[in-house]
Amino acid sequence: MTKKNFLTLMILLVVACALPFLVSNYRTFQFTLVLVYAIALLGLNVLTGYNGQISLGHGAFYAIGAYTAAILMDKLGAPYWATLPAAGAVCLVAGFLFGLPALRLEGLYLALATFALGVSMPQLLKYHHLEAWTGGVQGIVIAKPEPPAFLRDAGLVLNADQWLYFFALAVTILMFALGWNLMRGRVGRALIAIRDQHIAAQAMGINNALYKSLAFGVSAMYTGIAGALGAIAVQYVAPDSFNIFLSLVFLVGIVVGGLASISGALYGALFIQFVPNIADDISKAAPWAIFGVIMIAFVYLMPTGVAGAVRLLLARKKSP
Amino acid sequence: MFQVLAGLATGGIYASLALALVMIYQATHLVNFAQGEMAMFSTYIAWSLINAGMGFWPAFLLTVGIAFILGIFIERIVIRPVENAPVLVVVVVFIGLLVILNSVAGWIYTYTIKSFPSPFPAEPLFGIRYMSAHQLGAIGVTLVVLAVLYVFFRFTPVGLAMRAAAQNPVSSRLVGIRVGWMLALGWGLAAAVGAVAGMMIAPIVYLDPNMMSGILLYAFAAALLGGIDSPVGAVVGGFVVGVLENVLGAFVIGNELKLSVALVLIIGMLLVKPSGFFGKVHVTRV
Amino acid sequence: MALLEVGALSAFYGATPVLHGIGFTLQEGSITALLGANGAGKTTTLRALCAMVKTAGQIRFAGERIERRATEDIVRLGIAHVPDGRGTFANLTTEENLRLGAYTRRGRDAVQGDLERVYGYFPRLKERRSQQAGTLSGGEQQMLAVSRALMLRPRLMLLDEPSFGLAPLLVRELFGILQTVNRRDGVSMLLVEQNAAMALDLADHAYLLETGRVVLSGPAHDIRRDDAVRRSYLGY
Repeated sequence: MTKKNFLTLMILLVVACALPFLVSNYRTFQFTLVLVYAIALLGLNVLTGYNGQISLGHGAFYAIGAYTAAILMDKLGAPYWATLPAAGAVCLVAGFLFGLPALRLEGLYLALATFALGVSMPQLLKYHHLEAWTGGVQGIVIAKPEPPAFLRDAGLVLNADQWLYFFALAVTILMFALGWNLMRGRVGRALIAIRDQHIAAQAMGINNALYKSLAFGVSAMYTGIAGALGAIAVQYVAPDSFNIFLSLVFLVGIVVGGLASISGALYGALFIQFVPNIADDISKAAPWAIFGVIMIAFVYLMPTGVAGAVRLLLARKKSP
Repeated sequence: MFQVLAGLATGGIYASLALALVMIYQATHLVNFAQGEMAMFSTYIAWSLINAGMGFWPAFLLTVGIAFILGIFIERIVIRPVENAPVLVVVVVFIGLLVILNSVAGWIYTYTIKSFPSPFPAEPLFGIRYMSAHQLGAIGVTLVVLAVLYVFFRFTPVGLAMRAAAQNPVSSRLVGIRVGWMLALGWGLAAAVGAVAGMMIAPIVYLDPNMMSGILLYAFAAALLGGIDSPVGAVVGGFVVGVLENVLGAFVIGNELKLSVALVLIIGMLLVKPSGFFGKVHVTRV
Repeated sequence: MALLEVGALSAFYGATPVLHGIGFTLQEGSITALLGANGAGKTTTLRALCAMVKTAGQIRFAGERIERRATEDIVRLGIAHVPDGRGTFANLTTEENLRLGAYTRRGRDAVQGDLERVYGYFPRLKERRSQQAGTLSGGEQQMLAVSRALMLRPRLMLLDEPSFGLAPLLVRELFGILQTVNRRDGVSMLLVEQNAAMALDLADHAYLLETGRVVLSGPAHDIRRDDAVRRSYLGY
């Protein structure tokens, strides 16, 4: 990575670390959610942006991750940090399994199948035979994690919101680093090759089936971890918060943020977290109308999203 | 027995919506994700008209007309620019349309559930006790719509031109058919059919901006079952899905998982028999 | 009168020019042949006349400039194009295909009359009137394509390789009917053919295209006797 990029990242990191001490607890909570969404969007981007498989049902994986965390914490008393790898593992498997039959579906048909998944998820979560675990319509309430003892002993006093933020930040950095590494190496190139010219890719020896299913699995894993983290942050899971609109929110996020872009996940997350708050002042229905219009405007006018626009601006600045 | 008959009633509605989906797919090879919201929006328009004092059937006809124009408008303005765009762009535009229609409806009409009147009497018709008058009426209306469409496509020059434009736009231009307008007409008809479906289901499920998303799923399942490019298949598929949904819901998996039935059907059909049971096998001599 | 006048016509597939400023005229009532080897640009010329490819230059039909018009409008001026590959509506019946040919016309009786006339020319089509057009044989689909064009009651017919894939007997039958239609109904024709011999027998005038340029033109029987043409295109 270039020196300039490294410098930018360091600055970003410093800002990110300073944030919780500069703003209110509620704002910190909002930024925690931005981090959560960023991880989820990175997941969706791996699948849709880099690999060209359209998913309108990623909310389902988010839900699975969230419920995994909630059930582990509530029913089995697991510590909150352990739920993340568990959620990741469950979703990796679930995603890979869904990806296997999805292999045969292209474009609109895959969108249709994932759309069906997204629409039917709330009903599945409310299913009364599973109520003992899922809490049915009422969902599950989770306890808020406290900052660990060692920090207090070290003299650092953080409140719960701030601790949660830093925890999320650590996870985000880890996931982004992992993602960046993956996408920039052989795996990323293979995924892009499959997206752009899948016949040629296969002819070059890329195992399309394996990579496409893996893409689904990894993508679901990311979104699942985001779901678990989100559940911990919000301290509550309930079926109706994981309806089709959640999946569509993710779609808006990657379109606006920028497809096939790591930084795009961050821009998109900022967008989907803060725009509805602004729009809510207009009307309860307004956020989605605005999302819809902006989404369509972006695909027409700025198909590479905010990330693409930023890249363009930086490139223009370099060459006079 | 109840379940089968009730299934036929809702099946008719699924059949109508599935037919709308197939009509658009045949003409454009695109899956209209926003079909349900278009139907929902039209139903709200009908509600407004009825609330303003109009009788049911006049409001019904006027709404069908408005939906027709809305469909043409959407095709010309929103869909035309992306007809040949990459898949992701098309999906985004359809989803954008879906959420805009959904939220505008919510904004204008709020999210409180409203009741929608049925034009059919409350007492059972003809002494038939297995089905309500509305269910019978819904089947009747569906059949009338299907008959009208069949006659239109089979026996009128415009219907023929639309079929031609859907199958072979290049040759259609060579005989003077304005293919662009045929597409718009197709959208208009699909929107009108969707409006009918919406107005028939609203008395049962009550009117609210989110009423169609589950029904859309059933319509997708029906269209895939019958063959996404076969109108006859869509209709048959609709009735089959309606009956399956009710029967399975009542006896096998309980009412709560009915949508999952649709999900399984959709994924199953896409994997096993993507051309559906009635999908046309195109015969061409080389 | 010159029914069709083409001047400095260039045609492009994407950015690549395929026709380089060609020019020719077609007299009303005549049959003009456009000859050349594969890739010479013959099909492209017909497509250019119907606005199916990007063009530059002038095309005048009955005195009017038509190069900026859409295909559907050009058809309404009375130009019927029998395309390369026949362009059959495979999933519609034979009769539906024919009726589509008359889509832009008013007057149901006249259309019905023309339908009967076309069945008179090609009885095999009448036999198969309710059959799905895609199941017809190659020769029958060619007859169908020509008949569909006739249903327009065109002033000008553009025919792209009508003999392609047909047995010689069928080609003779088809060309005989084309001659009848031309003589009796005054339909002008622009005939693109690789089969130079048969085309020159039918046509009044001919143009020879090579890699997007007109290299030879004149009355058909003169072209037929031209030495260079004989060697390259007539095979003797």
